[in-house]
Amino acid sequence: MNAPAAAPPRISLAEEYAASGVGPVLQELDDELVGLAPVKQRIREIAALLLVDRVRAKFGLSTEAPTLHMSFTGNPGTGKTTVANRMAQILHRLGYVRRGHLVSVTRDDLVGQYIGHTAPKTKEVLKKAMGGVLFIDEAYYLYRQENERDYGQEAIEILLQVMENARDDLVVILAGYADRMDRFFQSNPGFRSRVAHHIDFPDYADDDLLAIGETMLGRLHYRLDDGARAALREYIPLRRTQPLFANARSIRNALDRARLRQANRLLAEGDVELTLERLATLTEADIRASRVFRQSEGVGS
Amino acid sequence: MRVTQGCFSYLPDLSDDDILAQVQYCLDNGWAVNLEFTDDPHPRNTYWEMWGLPMFDLKDAKGVLMELDACRKVHGDKYIRLSAFDASHGWESVRLSFIVNRPKDEDGFRLERTAGPGRVQRYAVRGYGLDLPEGRRYR
Repeated sequence: MNAPAAAPPRISLAEEYAASGVGPVLQELDDELVGLAPVKQRIREIAALLLVDRVRAKFGLSTEAPTLHMSFTGNPGTGKTTVANRMAQILHRLGYVRRGHLVSVTRDDLVGQYIGHTAPKTKEVLKKAMGGVLFIDEAYYLYRQENERDYGQEAIEILLQVMENARDDLVVILAGYADRMDRFFQSNPGFRSRVAHHIDFPDYADDDLLAIGETMLGRLHYRLDDGARAALREYIPLRRTQPLFANARSIRNALDRARLRQANRLLAEGDVELTLERLATLTEADIRASRVFRQSEGVGS
Repeated sequence: MRVTQGCFSYLPDLSDDDILAQVQYCLDNGWAVNLEFTDDPHPRNTYWEMWGLPMFDLKDAKGVLMELDACRKVHGDKYIRLSAFDASHGWESVRLSFIVNRPKDEDGFRLERTAGPGRVQRYAVRGYGLDLPEGRRYR
């Protein structure tokens, strides 16, 4: 009954795009994530490729399952985990993973402490990640060059095997600092050849970080008054020059501390009538009290 | 003689796709899935050995199939069953259990008669396979 070659089915790419439901996810990615232009561009490209691949399959063109394993490189706090979460959703909408959940692990979750402990642990994680995305943060810790008996090697071998054999069931995303990931891929050619997409996450600009900070606060129903915004604007470049700067994460921590100070201030002000306005507003003093400002003055004097 | 035990045992053997669908149903209900194996076919045999621990927190049935394949590699000549446990009452209770692997030749059971006191006859069912020690049956 099926006459495959009779007339090629008419498929509209736009309809296919709408049907996949990937548009809203990409839109959300655009709206909710500040900056990260190159990352968004790459994700759009990947989504487009997958969509076109799917349409090609409907026409009976070559349909080998694409390799979707990725590596995300970038400094801490540049949104790798957040984007991985979105990536899981996108792949799910496009039908490349069945469930679309994200399992986020580090070396500790994969590598055991004694002989024979690693394989069951790694397999346990892989089983949980089946049908979704396995996100391995700081993947280079799996490989310890200085210790050839390190159990990490065992985890790597199991991972590689599953990445190859279970490509339909699981997408693996490796994440970490760029330079260390490069070294990791050099010493593990197996990984390099199995990872198809390398996405680099740039550091955020100061304005981006300010916008991210305000979004974070907005989600918690806080807001900055004008003085506080100016203080935060000043704070970001100062914080950047200090050690252990982790982009958005540093901003979140700074704001958490500011919320602490605000609470303390409200308590110290005693029995004044509280308004919604005062509960929700962070003032300049809350931000200015940060250690970062004091140290920069100390350097100046 | 074909051993019938658990769900679906009067149906033809389930294919891997069927098993996948059943397991997915279990996981969607939030049940933990467990694999057990034995080479004692007697229906009263409740002492099945566990293949690893029950699998908690799985989202997709493929993970269970992965374990099943590993178990078949080692115990492909034995009975393997899959059980799903529901913990929503605060204890684990079996909700679904079915055989997913059986020996190539199931040699059946013989009926043993023993004369008891007086004219009493006692009957016992004994698998032919059980004449061999554990681990050497169904080779």
